[in-house]
Amino acid sequence: MVAMSSRPLDEPVLRIRPRRGFASLNLGSLWTHRELLQRFTGRDLTLRYRQTALGVIWVVLQPLLGAGAFSFVFGAIAGFSSSGGTPYFVFAFAGLTAWGLFYNVLTRASGSLVANAPLVSKVFFPRLILPCSTVGSSLVDFAVALVMLAVLVLIGGASTGWALLTLPLWVAVIIAQALGIGVLLSALMVRYRDVQYVLPVASQLLLFASPVAYTLAAVSHRGRAWLQVNPLTGVLEAFRWSTLGGQEFPVSALYSAGWAVVLVLGGFALFARMERQFADVI
Amino acid sequence: MSSDAPAIRIRGLGKRYRIAHRDAQHITLAETMLQRLRHPMSRGQREDFWALRDIDLDIARGEALGILGRNGAGKSTLLKVLSRITHPTTGEVDLYGRVGGLLEVGTGFHPELTGRENVYLNGSILGMRTREIDQRFDEIVDFAGAERFLDTPLKRFSSGMQVRLAFSVAAFLDTEILIIDEVLAVGDADFQAKCLGKMGDLLNGGRTVLFVSHNASAVAQLTQRCVLLDAGRLVADGPTADVLAEYSKARERLNDVSTWDLPRPESHLGTIVKLARVRVGDSSGVIPQTTQSNVQLEVVRTGSFDGDALRVVYRILRHDGIPVGTAITSGVVLPAGQRSVLDFELASADLAPGHYYLAIWIDAGLEGVVIPLDHLPVTAHFQVVPDAASPFAHVWANDWGVTTLPSSTLSACSAKDPAVGQHATQPDGQHGERC
Repeated sequence: MVAMSSRPLDEPVLRIRPRRGFASLNLGSLWTHRELLQRFTGRDLTLRYRQTALGVIWVVLQPLLGAGAFSFVFGAIAGFSSSGGTPYFVFAFAGLTAWGLFYNVLTRASGSLVANAPLVSKVFFPRLILPCSTVGSSLVDFAVALVMLAVLVLIGGASTGWALLTLPLWVAVIIAQALGIGVLLSALMVRYRDVQYVLPVASQLLLFASPVAYTLAAVSHRGRAWLQVNPLTGVLEAFRWSTLGGQEFPVSALYSAGWAVVLVLGGFALFARMERQFADVI
Repeated sequence: MSSDAPAIRIRGLGKRYRIAHRDAQHITLAETMLQRLRHPMSRGQREDFWALRDIDLDIARGEALGILGRNGAGKSTLLKVLSRITHPTTGEVDLYGRVGGLLEVGTGFHPELTGRENVYLNGSILGMRTREIDQRFDEIVDFAGAERFLDTPLKRFSSGMQVRLAFSVAAFLDTEILIIDEVLAVGDADFQAKCLGKMGDLLNGGRTVLFVSHNASAVAQLTQRCVLLDAGRLVADGPTADVLAEYSKARERLNDVSTWDLPRPESHLGTIVKLARVRVGDSSGVIPQTTQSNVQLEVVRTGSFDGDALRVVYRILRHDGIPVGTAITSGVVLPAGQRSVLDFELASADLAPGHYYLAIWIDAGLEGVVIPLDHLPVTAHFQVVPDAASPFAHVWANDWGVTTLPSSTLSACSAKDPAVGQHATQPDGQHGERC
C-alpha cells in the first residue's frame, strides 16, 4: 500500500489488452501467489485425510496391496524375477511407490481445473496454481510410502548405498514429467471432458509398458528397445537403482530427465496459450 | 471523495464470444476429430456474439459507479474483463491500483473445512495475504457474527451464516478498486442493511467501487454516477437518478418486442411456424397486481406440420431467472402463409411486485407426441406494481417469494380476567374461553 501511493498517479498499475498467440509462461506469478499455492495444497491435504476413516493408512495400504497382487501374478504365476537378489515383493513395492507418485500427480493435476470450475469462472488468479497445487498432497502420500519402503528395504536387506543421495533427482524427474502432462491435460479437459475417461485407460497401459512389475533386463532385446522409448522407463530404473541398489546405473535415466524438461516446458507453454479461454469455456 | 486522478480507464473495449451452432458443437474430443476428418476445410458454423462493444469509460479515483442493464446486457462480462477473469477481444483497460473482485459470494468455500479454514482459504483466493487476513480475522468473524462456529465444518452452518461469512471476508478485502456483482441480494434484511452500511464505509475510505445490482434503491444509495449497458453497448452515463430513470423507461418499452430476428436455441425452430411479436398488457408494460392482463402473439405459419393444431406454452420468470410457473393454452388451427394474432389472458397468479419476463414455446401435438415448432427463452418483459390496497406490498423483497399468498383473516381476542393471560399456555377449555 505504501509503495503504491508513492507511484506517480498517471502510470497504470496494470494494462489489460487482448492477447494472441503464445503467452509467456509467467512462472513469476507462481511465486507471487505462493501463499495461495500453499493454501490450495493445505486444503487438498486436509480434505484427503479428514474425510477418510483410515486416513494415512490408505497411503501405505495401496502400494502394499498392489505389490502383493504383483507378487502373486508376476512373481508366483508368471515367474518374473527381480534384480540383484532383492525379494520380488520389495522390488514391486519400490516400483509402485515411484509409479504412484507419477500417477497421483498426473491424475490430480489433470482434473484440477474442472474440479474447481466455479473458481476459474469467478475469481482471477494464475490458473497454473491449481494443477501445481496438487503436487504437495501427492508428495506427502509419496513420503509415507517411502518410509514403508525404507522399512521393507531394511528387512529385505537390499544393498542400498551412496546412490540413495541421488533419490531427490529422480523424484523431481517423475514429478516434472507427470506435472507437464497433467498441466496440459487439465487445460484440454476444460474443453473436452472425455479426457477424464481416456486417462485411466491410458495410464493403465502406461503402467504395463513401464518397468514397474519387471526389470528392463528381464525383457527380450527387441522389446527393450521399444520400452526405452518410454520416458518413464529410465527414471523408474534409476529410482530402484538408488533405493534398492545392486545394479548398474541406468543411463536411460538421463533420457528421462531430458523428457522431464521438455514436458514441463511444453505443458506449461500450451497451458498458457489455452489459459485465456478457460473462463469462457469451463 | 472522488478526485481527477483516474482509477480505471477503458478505451474501445469489446468482448466477442463465438457461439457454435448445434451441428457444429463438439462436446467430446472424438466428435471434434471426426468432424475435422469429414470436413477438413470447414471450421464449423459459428456465430459471433459481442457481449461488449466499443466501451469507453473513465472512472475517477474514489468514485462509486453503478452499472445497470438487463440480464445479458454485458454487465457481468465487463466485470469479468476488469477483474482479469476473461480476456477482451478488442480495446484496452488501464487499471491504476490493485483490483479486488467479488463476483459471487462464497466462491471457493468448501463444506468440509471449518469456518476458520474457509476464511483463510477464501481470503487467499480473493487475493489477500496471510498477514492481512491475520490482522482482520477478528473483524471478519465479528462482522459475520460467527464466533461460536469457527471450528465447525462449514456444512453444519446454516445457509444464511455461510453467506454472511463469505460476504464478510470480501468486505475486508483491502484493494484500491473493488468490483461487486449483485451480492447484496443475500442474507436477511438486517444483514443486507449491514452490508450496505459497510459498502458506504468502503466508499468513504476513498475506495473506487464498481457496483452491479438490480436493486435500484441500493444503487441510488451508494452511487452518484451510473452507466447503463444494453446489448453490450454503453447507452447512458450520468448522475444516478437520470440513468435509473432511463433504465426503467427502457424496461417498460420491453413489454412489446419483435421476436422475428432473435436467435433460436435450435436452428430448426421457427422454420414452419414463427413467433413474430410478443406483447404483454397495455403500452405501459406495467400491470397492477390484481388485474388480469392480456398477451398478444403474432405468429406466422409458412409450412405444414403433423397434426395442424398448435398450442402455446408460456412460462413466467422473475427478472433473475427464477421461474414462477408455466401455463399451457388450448390448441388452435392456423391458416398457412399468413400472419395470425393469438390472444390469451395472462395467468397472473398473484405475482409479487417486481419485474418479470415470458419464455414462450409453440408446439404441435399429435397423439401425445409434442413437436416443438418455435421457442424463445426470453421474450416480453413486464412489471407488476403493488396494489394500492395492500399496505405491505411496496416493501416486497426478493426473498419473500415470487407470489403473494392470499391474505389470512386475523382475529384478536382480549381476556377479561387477567388470570387467563397467565395460564395461556394451558390447553383451551380448562381456563378462559374461546373468542
